[in-house]
Amino acid sequence: MPTSARVSPAADVAARARTEAVLARIERFNPQLNALNEVLADDALERAAQIDRDRSGGLLAGLTIAVKDNIATTEGHTTCSSMMLKNYRSPFEATIITKLRDAGAVFIGKTNLDEFAMGSSTENSAFGAVRNPWDPSRVPGGSSGGSAAAMAADLCDIALGSDTGGSIRQPASLCGVVGLKPTYGRVSRYGLVAFGSSLDQIGPITRSVRDAAAVLQVIAGVDAHDSTSADVPVPSYLESLDEPIAGLRVGVPREYVSEANDPSVNAAILAAIEVYRGLGATIVDIDLPLTDLGISTYYVIAPAEASSNLARYDGIRYGHRATLAPGEDLFDLYAKSRAEGFGPEVKRRIMIGTYVLSSGYYDAYYKRALQVRRLIKDEFDRAFEHCDVLLGPTSPTPAFEIGGKSDPLSMYLCDVYTVNTNIAGICGISLPGGMSASSLPIGIQLQAKAFAETTLLRAARMFESATEWHTLRPSL
Amino acid sequence: MNEPFNEHGSAAAESLAIGTVRHVAKLARLRLSDQETERYRGQLTSILGHISKLSAVDVAGVEPMAHPLAMTNRFGADEPAAAMSLDALLMNAPAVEGRLLAVPKVLGEGS
Repeated sequence: MPTSARVSPAADVAARARTEAVLARIERFNPQLNALNEVLADDALERAAQIDRDRSGGLLAGLTIAVKDNIATTEGHTTCSSMMLKNYRSPFEATIITKLRDAGAVFIGKTNLDEFAMGSSTENSAFGAVRNPWDPSRVPGGSSGGSAAAMAADLCDIALGSDTGGSIRQPASLCGVVGLKPTYGRVSRYGLVAFGSSLDQIGPITRSVRDAAAVLQVIAGVDAHDSTSADVPVPSYLESLDEPIAGLRVGVPREYVSEANDPSVNAAILAAIEVYRGLGATIVDIDLPLTDLGISTYYVIAPAEASSNLARYDGIRYGHRATLAPGEDLFDLYAKSRAEGFGPEVKRRIMIGTYVLSSGYYDAYYKRALQVRRLIKDEFDRAFEHCDVLLGPTSPTPAFEIGGKSDPLSMYLCDVYTVNTNIAGICGISLPGGMSASSLPIGIQLQAKAFAETTLLRAARMFESATEWHTLRPSL
Repeated sequence: MNEPFNEHGSAAAESLAIGTVRHVAKLARLRLSDQETERYRGQLTSILGHISKLSAVDVAGVEPMAHPLAMTNRFGADEPAAAMSLDALLMNAPAVEGRLLAVPKVLGEGS
């Protein structure tokens, strides 16, 4: 058998048997969780049988992968959980899909998300809300909620998400799994349906840090199809993963342990500080006074980029087209198709983005947000002169009730600890780091400077080796 | 032009005008019902109010940062390569006539 990245007793099971077992779990649990929009059973079984037959594939041979449904695959649909793309089948596949297939991955299905990746709860899906495997009355986080729920419920070996302002890390935190947002440009975005082009990155949601490192190893690197992919050499993330970093400096921004957090979140951070101290790390006090401005900055830049990116959905070349009434013209076709195809949150972001980019407001909102963006980036640069990683919460609270945040602004505020990573373009990871009083998982977040994934993953692995949180499973 | 920030440095302290919301919806090519327009007026007012925190930051002389990477133009090799097939390009089109995308009449009567 090819070597498997997954640290699992099932790692030596043949690909076909492994795929069948995962499909059986999907059949049993997905009706309740709604984590997958589409199951690619036939393609997956065929692919798995081929891997068994040929002994082919590389680092990920025979591992089942659930793919967020905003990543283009030629198998199945690519819907973005939107009525706009309900029937869309991509004529091409994302670069990372090609790379993962070459490494032996078996694509098991497409996962549910907040429509066009806009949301923090996966309630904004045209195909219904995803439920958290730890408590089905609660959200899994978002926007990669389907991927995180699928991973937590073992409906796949590995899941893929995208992260524009926390959409990998926050659901990973709320579902008790690992979520890695690579540095902007580390992974090709070719085939990722664009939301905020200067913020979006694809990354893994996994059971372990090792699995996350293995996936990053496969998907990282420059791509001729994405001119924003960085031409920076890809180091071996796995080689040094288990070596603790001697003299690790863990920065703790004082703004991150806040009274606004759930007490169990602050308790997890304080406990994590002691774990690192126990491992010989130096704890460094850091000031990031602009932390609180991240939400305001993000909710100008991301909607601005989204309103521009989503202008392509006009009902002409692909996507939903409205039926016109007599006397209606081309303008009506655009406006009606978009009104029918987009859900409320997507429309809201398009409206915000259009407003802040419109004549008379551009300088006051958009240009100013880009200036604050640089200040936030500079603040991180200064922090990383004094520490190797920043430690803090991923989300201010554990998973909340479905329907619990009906006001859009209160939902946006969930992203306070994750948006700045994207604004600055650095890397971050969420790790299982505690349990709330009501037995809900709590994630801790590490951030590191751009292209410092080796440090980020090794520091994460140190915490994981010293704790048991990642071994806990929801009872389904 | 409306002044987005008032003298106290907080934007959109007053509710957005309904006409502004309608204008933005038109720019965004979104047909909204009166009920939706009213709902978005309230929500956008609240969100823009929060965003107005940015007005308190001293940004004098700060170069706007549109992108996290220090980017320069990247040129591909000038070599011909196969384009996507017409079938692939049209496979998701909502209306096709022959090898063409079908669209409503663009020019009005007498144009």
